[in-house]
Amino acid sequence: MSEQNANLSEYIPDVPEHNGFTKVVLELGVANHPGVMSHICGLFARRAFNVEGILCMPVGSGDTSRIWLLIFEDERLPKMIKQVEKLEDVLYVRQHAGEHPVFGRLDEFFQ
Amino acid sequence: MMQMTGADLIVKLLERQGINTIAGVPGGAALPMYDALSKSEQIHHVLCRHEQGAGFIAQGMARVSGRPEVCLASSGPGATNLITAIADAKLDSIPIIALTGQVPLSMIGTDAFQEVDTYGLTIPITKHNFLVRSAKELLTAVPAAFRIAMSDRPGPVLIDVPKDVQNQMVSFEEFPDVVVPDAAPSFDIAAVEEAASMIEAAERPVLYLGGGVIHSGAAHMAVTLAEQASLPTTMTLMALGAMPMDHPLSLGMLGMHGARYTNYVLEEADLLICVGARFDDRAIGKTAEFCPNAKIIHIDIDRSELHKVKNAHVAIAGDVGQVLSELLPRVKPQLRKRWLSHVESLKGRFPLAMPGIDNPRSPYGLIHAVANCLDDNAIITSDVGQHQMWVAQAYPFRRSRQWLNSGGLGTMGFGFPAAIGAALAAPDRTVVCFSGDGSLKMNIQEMATAAQENVNVKIVLLNNQSLGLVHQQQNLFYGKRIMASRYERPTDFLKIADGFGMRAVDLDPAPNPRATLAEAINTPGPCLIHATIDPNEFVYPMVPPGAANSEMIG
Repeated sequence: MSEQNANLSEYIPDVPEHNGFTKVVLELGVANHPGVMSHICGLFARRAFNVEGILCMPVGSGDTSRIWLLIFEDERLPKMIKQVEKLEDVLYVRQHAGEHPVFGRLDEFFQ
Repeated sequence: MMQMTGADLIVKLLERQGINTIAGVPGGAALPMYDALSKSEQIHHVLCRHEQGAGFIAQGMARVSGRPEVCLASSGPGATNLITAIADAKLDSIPIIALTGQVPLSMIGTDAFQEVDTYGLTIPITKHNFLVRSAKELLTAVPAAFRIAMSDRPGPVLIDVPKDVQNQMVSFEEFPDVVVPDAAPSFDIAAVEEAASMIEAAERPVLYLGGGVIHSGAAHMAVTLAEQASLPTTMTLMALGAMPMDHPLSLGMLGMHGARYTNYVLEEADLLICVGARFDDRAIGKTAEFCPNAKIIHIDIDRSELHKVKNAHVAIAGDVGQVLSELLPRVKPQLRKRWLSHVESLKGRFPLAMPGIDNPRSPYGLIHAVANCLDDNAIITSDVGQHQMWVAQAYPFRRSRQWLNSGGLGTMGFGFPAAIGAALAAPDRTVVCFSGDGSLKMNIQEMATAAQENVNVKIVLLNNQSLGLVHQQQNLFYGKRIMASRYERPTDFLKIADGFGMRAVDLDPAPNPRATLAEAINTPGPCLIHATIDPNEFVYPMVPPGAANSEMIG
């Protein structure tokens, strides 16, 4: 048996290419406490999911925050959103088109 | 109005949640919690010899009881030592609560003695985690931890408690309510009806059960579904026991070390009904070539598992028990004589070969000899490696929660402390841990714990003086270049067990190993049962990592 298997080798799949150029804006309602950003950013970083921009401010009384993420469209996006929705501190996730104005007027701060 | 310290409050909340046993190791930053435990009449603390052992003891208890169980460690190295057991619980969806001490709030971030960012480290390996910043927060965090650990898809939750928070006084009117699991998500009955009609229309359906069936307590319903619709049924490593191995519809385990016929039956399926499983790569091989002709019905409580690896034609996000109870009355009884007789003929032509099954000095033979000493009440745990796969293939599992093993993370060192936990949770059962010499050494210090607690745990050690599965893969896939997988120097495990105060028997010199084995298993208390096996025994069949399941060798 081992002779016949001498030429076997382990098959390791290639890293899939993800080179979308369409931008998407995600709006997340989250519980406001230290650590929430780590939970969310960790999910994206682990999967090498390109996050272009992040905005986060508390809302109302400060019990919750809203996070805006500017990301590149990617075939993994629906799976990514489901993972984000699973986080205990994430209250909702809404998907907007890339031209959503929230990031629009920030250019002057990044010159 | 009640007033107490944070540490006392933690212990009271654990007691109210029904916790009777905690496994842990004390240390500076956990001392207030230990002081509070000294006043508890309800909670028995099991002093482990390493925090990883404590984590796996909690897992063993939780895997047997099905409810959250608790492990406890100090800050810094105490917390980092827990990490492997927490990550293991995450991948196998096991509800444990890890409590860790932390340096005082004012010292966090100063590189204080035994300070580590436990919260940050455990973000990706917990279902959720807490860094508690005031004793008052414990009133919400502890119940929330239990609720999160046991609701929906279960998982580990960590609560990091700075030492000053443990000492802080907190006043409150009344204890928070004892928490129960959240209601499972509601699901679409139309999808259930569509699933029922797909099952009816299918000619070559296969039922594919995963660990979710065990977690949901739905094994009997899954078996009823299989019998009603005449569905050949395969199980993942995590689901073994959901359908008795000797059931006529059982195909045994699928995947990398499944029987040839099992993978061939899946290859021919025109409908795959996946219940509480997640299309893990060890189970399905090359994704694109798994069940190439099958439509897929996928039932899972975790929405993010649906369409994750394989797109499902019908996907139902719900508790598998609740979904099956809606599905059963909608599925018409069928005999499927042609398909079942074809499955039977594949089984006859490509059975699982178990060479040496009659020889108790060979792996399959030893596993069968152990099974012959036990009934279905016994609990079987395993470590990770060749012995694990042989047991998964050959042991006659017949009920849920009979089989505990590290499926997702594949942690060597899991089996023995998990067996101690199982014995603590079910003291009336015999617990057998199949282990290898590589795995056993990874948590061997817990022999002292087993001896101290006098748990009814038998280690059956298949000793080939090597890291067997690595050795096997180097032989098969790396040109027989054996690198770092053979232990040059033998270890005297009998002396080690003796040194820890644990009984040990050696089957090697025994003139009648079956009799020696039976005597050892039937004598209450912990015992190491040692058996040398041939390092050139390989686990077959084997799908090379990354290959399609149809490309089995051996």
